[in-house]
Amino acid sequence: MNIHEYQGKEVLKQYGVSVPEGRVAFTVDEAVEAAKELGTSVVVVKAQIHAGGRGKAGGVKVAKSLDEVRQYASELLGKVLVTHQTGPEGKEVKRLLIEQGCDIKKEYYVGVVVDRSTGRVVMMASEEGGTEIEEVAARTPEKIFKEVIDPVVGLQPFQARRLAFNINIPNELVGKAVQFMTALYNAFVDKDCSIAEINPLVVTGDGNILALDAKLNFDSNALYRHPDIVALRDLDEEDEKEIQASKFDLSYIALDGNIGCMVNGAGLAMATMDIIKYYGGEPANFLDVGGGASKEKVTEAFKIILSDPKVKGIFVNIFGGIMRCDVIAEGVIAAARELGLDRPLVVRLEGTNVELGKKLLNESGLNITAADSMADGAQKIVELVK
Amino acid sequence: MSILVDKNTKVITQGITGKTALFHAKGALDYGTQMVGGTSPGKGGTTVEIQLENGTVAKLPVFNTVREAVDLTGATASVIYVPPAFAADAIMEAVDAELELVICITEGIPVLDMVKVKRYMEGKKTRLIGPNCPGVITPDACKIGIMPGYIHTKGHVGVVSRSGTLTYEAVHQLTTRGIGQSTAVGIGGDPVKGSEFIDILKMFNEDPDTYAVIMIGEIGGTAEEEAAEWIKANMTKPVVGFIGGATAPPGKRMGHAGAIISGGKGTAAEKIAKLESCGIKVAPTPAEMGATLVSVLEERGLLEKCITRK
Repeated sequence: MNIHEYQGKEVLKQYGVSVPEGRVAFTVDEAVEAAKELGTSVVVVKAQIHAGGRGKAGGVKVAKSLDEVRQYASELLGKVLVTHQTGPEGKEVKRLLIEQGCDIKKEYYVGVVVDRSTGRVVMMASEEGGTEIEEVAARTPEKIFKEVIDPVVGLQPFQARRLAFNINIPNELVGKAVQFMTALYNAFVDKDCSIAEINPLVVTGDGNILALDAKLNFDSNALYRHPDIVALRDLDEEDEKEIQASKFDLSYIALDGNIGCMVNGAGLAMATMDIIKYYGGEPANFLDVGGGASKEKVTEAFKIILSDPKVKGIFVNIFGGIMRCDVIAEGVIAAARELGLDRPLVVRLEGTNVELGKKLLNESGLNITAADSMADGAQKIVELVK
Repeated sequence: MSILVDKNTKVITQGITGKTALFHAKGALDYGTQMVGGTSPGKGGTTVEIQLENGTVAKLPVFNTVREAVDLTGATASVIYVPPAFAADAIMEAVDAELELVICITEGIPVLDMVKVKRYMEGKKTRLIGPNCPGVITPDACKIGIMPGYIHTKGHVGVVSRSGTLTYEAVHQLTTRGIGQSTAVGIGGDPVKGSEFIDILKMFNEDPDTYAVIMIGEIGGTAEEEAAEWIKANMTKPVVGFIGGATAPPGKRMGHAGAIISGGKGTAAEKIAKLESCGIKVAPTPAEMGATLVSVLEERGLLEKCITRK
């Protein structure tokens, strides 16, 4: 789960990570009020959307007066920002972070992730702050330093020091950097983050170390123990169909194509998208109904797929292991009857009770094309939506 | 022969009184697995009765702790179906009881819990498969997990996969061609897990009864790339691959916690290129996993030996 920058900074602050003073604003007046409260000569007006690359897209403005705050806030609120992470449709700005300006001497990068190969948390740091770490990794990998952290003892001061020295934090500020990194690691572990990225971390003219930006991403599996984080979820930032799907415990991701997919199992769902593409079609979504889907769940899945006007046809691909094919067939038939099936539907069933499932579909009187295999089904639906 | 499990494997189910656990304990018993008991803290001393397909009733003893269950049943393996919040604890309890093999089916365990589990397991003898996996099956001998047993056939092809349903798909494609499996292993879809491809490939390489392997990967991480390097350097048997998620958008978690392209890393294209550069044939679509294996078996003159069901 993603949260906004201002929320991330609030979370980090609780752990002692130093961040610039800031306020969230939902309206232009709130933005001006926030700037007044901060009282600094320079404030930064930052668009809050769940995507990186805001600066380059014009979502971050430096204001030198309250009039400028008003001007920038009214320009940004309601504006659709298109960054390399939003996709071409962009994202509408509905919140702003009004933050005190600071005298930046140098920018650095610090990030925390779970490293799969070691099965440990890793802290990474680089002198190349402000640029995306992927770019640094591609261009100058020797400029990224890593410390693998033992979960029993946590990030040790010597590791944080080593990172700070490696990225050339000024000697007199290494102590502060160690404090910063330790606090960041503690926040990461305590809140079950999957990514915590401070880019840039800055050294200021008055000798401080601050998180100028903060990107926190949380492990969805661990949200059950963090109600405070769940409360930060911003539904405006999520696809409506994805929200609907999550209510029914369906794993759904909207894509740009026109063939709706309903599959059981994440791997098979991904592979089904791949095979549609292989035969020249474009999948409209990823949808995993899970191992133990009921008739009701299948119906809901169908509703979500059909609610997408881009969808010109549907491919149901089920390998029934624990899930019985007759249950799937019943769900498909019930959904098609209830919603009215106005688009081509191809169904491929395999596995437990497959014959019964096929029989139910055949006798339903609905316009359903049966497929003998995944490849056959993919080819048929691609042909039907042409 | 086979890997990990065979007809002598004695298994207990942790959390056996739960609905899912009972359902799959029955499935295992029906298949012929030596399921010898289970645990359920607070219900030790009771018995669960399971009505089997053959008309008999299996009576399994329930214990409070894994240690007790191991001491009194002689179990060497356990399977875990407990809810995510309690699964890490269940794994560590099984490791503490020095079981040889622990298979964790549970999906949705917090990643940092698994980081702790892996640290706890260092230097211990237990092998963990999963979490978030379908389990392990050696056809006609032992089924531990949630896979449908009847699609499998005894034979000589090893299957290792990050995805459950894609494993079934691959097995089905083999069985319908008469090609049996030595053992099918689902290593699971989580980013931090007990066993990686290389761990399982090593076992298949050393198993005289496995002649070839299908490796099914997906987007996210670099385990497939590492496996490809290992195969090139060490594997004496042919391996074919499939990688799911060529059409997955970056930054989105595709169902499995581990199936995410982050920072431009872990794409299917990168993985496929690496596999191919290491001499591993990759099926162009999931529908062609079986056919791709057949073509490689033919090239190597192994097809006849691998057909175990006419």
